[in-house]
Amino acid sequence: MMKRREFVTRSVGVGLLGAVAPMFGGLDTLASQPAVQGNYDLAAVRGGTPPQMFDKAMEAIGGMGRFVKQGQRVLIKPNIGWDTPPERAANTNPDLVGRMVKAAFEAGAADVFVFDHTCDQWDRAYRNSGIEAAVRQNGGTIVPGNNERNYREVSIPGAKILKTTKVHEMVLNTDVFINVPVLKHHGSTTVTLAIKNLMGCVWDRRFYHGNDLSQCIADFLAFKKPDLNVIDGYRMMTRNGPRGVSVADVVDLGALVAGTDIVAVDSAATLMFGSQPNEIGHIRIAEEMGFGTTNLEQLSINRIRI
Amino acid sequence: MTLFSKLKKLRVILGIIFLLLTLSLFIDIFEKYADERFGQILYLQFVPSILNFVQTFSLLTAGGFIIVLILTLLFGRLYCSTICPLGILQDIVSNISKRFSKKRVFYKYKKAHPIWRYSFMGLMIISMVAGLGFIVVWLDPYSIAGRFFSFIIDPSVRSMNNVVATFMQNQGNYSFFHVPIYHVSTVPVLLTIALTSFIFVLAWKRGRFFCNVICPVGTFLGITSKAALYKVKFNPDNCTKCGKCAAVCKSECISIKNYSVDETRCVTCFNCLQVCPDAALDFGNLKSVPKPKVELDSGKPSTDEVNVNVHENDATRRKLLVTGLAMMAGSGVYALKKNKLPESQHNLTLNNRDFFPSPPGSGGVRRFNSICTGCALCISACPTHVLQPSINQYGLRGFMQPFMDYETSYCNFDCHKCADVCPTGAILPLPMEEKQLTQVGIVRFLKENCVVVTDGTDCGACSEHCPTKAVDMVPYKDGLMIPEVYPEICIGCGACEYPCPVLPPFRAIYVNGNGVHKLADKPEFGEQQSVDFDDFPF
Repeated sequence: MMKRREFVTRSVGVGLLGAVAPMFGGLDTLASQPAVQGNYDLAAVRGGTPPQMFDKAMEAIGGMGRFVKQGQRVLIKPNIGWDTPPERAANTNPDLVGRMVKAAFEAGAADVFVFDHTCDQWDRAYRNSGIEAAVRQNGGTIVPGNNERNYREVSIPGAKILKTTKVHEMVLNTDVFINVPVLKHHGSTTVTLAIKNLMGCVWDRRFYHGNDLSQCIADFLAFKKPDLNVIDGYRMMTRNGPRGVSVADVVDLGALVAGTDIVAVDSAATLMFGSQPNEIGHIRIAEEMGFGTTNLEQLSINRIRI
Repeated sequence: MTLFSKLKKLRVILGIIFLLLTLSLFIDIFEKYADERFGQILYLQFVPSILNFVQTFSLLTAGGFIIVLILTLLFGRLYCSTICPLGILQDIVSNISKRFSKKRVFYKYKKAHPIWRYSFMGLMIISMVAGLGFIVVWLDPYSIAGRFFSFIIDPSVRSMNNVVATFMQNQGNYSFFHVPIYHVSTVPVLLTIALTSFIFVLAWKRGRFFCNVICPVGTFLGITSKAALYKVKFNPDNCTKCGKCAAVCKSECISIKNYSVDETRCVTCFNCLQVCPDAALDFGNLKSVPKPKVELDSGKPSTDEVNVNVHENDATRRKLLVTGLAMMAGSGVYALKKNKLPESQHNLTLNNRDFFPSPPGSGGVRRFNSICTGCALCISACPTHVLQPSINQYGLRGFMQPFMDYETSYCNFDCHKCADVCPTGAILPLPMEEKQLTQVGIVRFLKENCVVVTDGTDCGACSEHCPTKAVDMVPYKDGLMIPEVYPEICIGCGACEYPCPVLPPFRAIYVNGNGVHKLADKPEFGEQQSVDFDDFPF
């Protein structure tokens, strides 16, 4: 139950936002192409709780209704790779995932599924990340990703190396594909964001590692690009990724990036991490293969401060 | 219902409850049991309890054997008839056998086999004192039953679950999910099938023959029950020598000729009491029972017995031979694997280990080998299934005991379930902070095997999985990153070895087990970093 004072401050905050946000939009229109609320290519938010930031971002890029239509089956793919608690930020924030499940239902979704092919033992990762509970509370369905029989062989003609792979059936038999990674450091690829998060849709990750990791990560986009990418930067793991060693590896960034261009959202988040997008192998390759742009100047961006 | 048939019924119910409880620990595939439940349910298991007591001197976790001894001094071998899972399993087998049999007299009095009994008991005591775990593995009845549960029943239950899960998921219902069926190598499974079949065949033909000839716990409790307060006794005045009692005695220890019950072999099953129509048998502390007249055969084994001895000698020799062959087959596996590798990987360096790591909490390989009875409960309970029965990984001394198999999986950083379930104290519980620093082995990196060097591509799977960052990625060349290891903070969990894309036994990174476990240095957590921009860096 929300305390009264909390309610009051929140209401004031939201009210102020409503007043201030358009100003940012106004400034943006000076810098790049004109865009009105709901038509931005990319939304970047800082300062609220993950659900608040998500709601603001969705307002800017057209609302959940733009992506989810009545009666559709929705897949939300967070990062649930590790058996660690939310404060370690190795997995996507559970409150954010919960809010997204709810938003999808509010937009008319018939079913909302959530899964990841975890690295650590799957049931403990689902449980201890807090994501299983968050999804259940909001009426979503948790789908296991631990069994090879749930994965189907697909061929990817547009790929350079990852010509065939086994993809989770949920990716194949849902109507809407929403990707929600966490913003964090990664020992092999410097950062792991939206493009890298798709590696959790395939069965044989060892193939990636043994056959040019960065190229394989980018190759997956030739098979499928998510309809929407939301990057959780509420907490950011700055080193020792992707698992992290302790909470000292985590800073409270309080950020969220959302958009349809997977290369662009990754670029924005990479800049927040403190690296350059074209220094990241798989992001550079993804742009070269034509899956999006790292040039944020070309896009209309709504920068929102809560 | 008479008192005796109530007693018998009570014995049957207790036996089934104990059997089901024990079995349920081995098939807890959804991890529903609280950690402490394992110790509670297995508290009374005799051999594990003694071994555990010697480790911990704690009556709370390991006082079960004292209770069993007290029970035995009061009522005889109740352990054998109600608590021992292998005993109950045999009862089930002989019960079925009896139902199928057309024989009116199912059991007949047979002579004891003292030489065999005391030899096996002597061997067991020597092995337990000398820490010859690999012998205890084959003699402790609880552990024999445990391996039957773990290697045969547990995978069957998992398969059934998976059939249901497949069916439900095809209906679009994802609340049922598959559980991994861990692939115990063939040798332990075949040996388990062989040993349990052997025991079950004996039970089919001769009731509790195993318990009264081979089982050292049976023999030990048999001797103890000589002093029992309550025993099954004859009242010759009432006996009409109808023979009903002897015909239902699965220990084959009632001699009507001598009006005697061999109390060392009697497992207090109450079958005889229930069927006696003449009140000639009683369960009590009566002193008025006449001594059996003369035991004609005691002391000098009959020719029959000698023959049996010879056969069993053969059987042991055969068993040894099979074991030997099995071990040789085990070491041959790697040789076969190498031939299957692609041409480009024939020059890789072979992984060489001084030891395969033993589970955290076991102190070290040799300590573990001397205590573990190979009941395989940890193998069933381990959530990642990194624990697998060893064939030649520990050498002969640890045959069938669990080792950390990083081909199957790796040890979860935040889990110490093996210690929570271990009934013998071979794996002792550690505080979580200590478990997370316990170094069961040390990482070794073979740069020449690493795909970053051989293929010139990014990888880093090892570093990704490492929970302490004992493997970090450092710049190599052409923008590539290569693993660098910090052995002092490595705990040997195998999280690096398992995901390495180079196949065994040529992993680019692997864990060399510590003969004696050490404590790793605590990883430096460092200062929390800060964000160096205000609103948005773009």
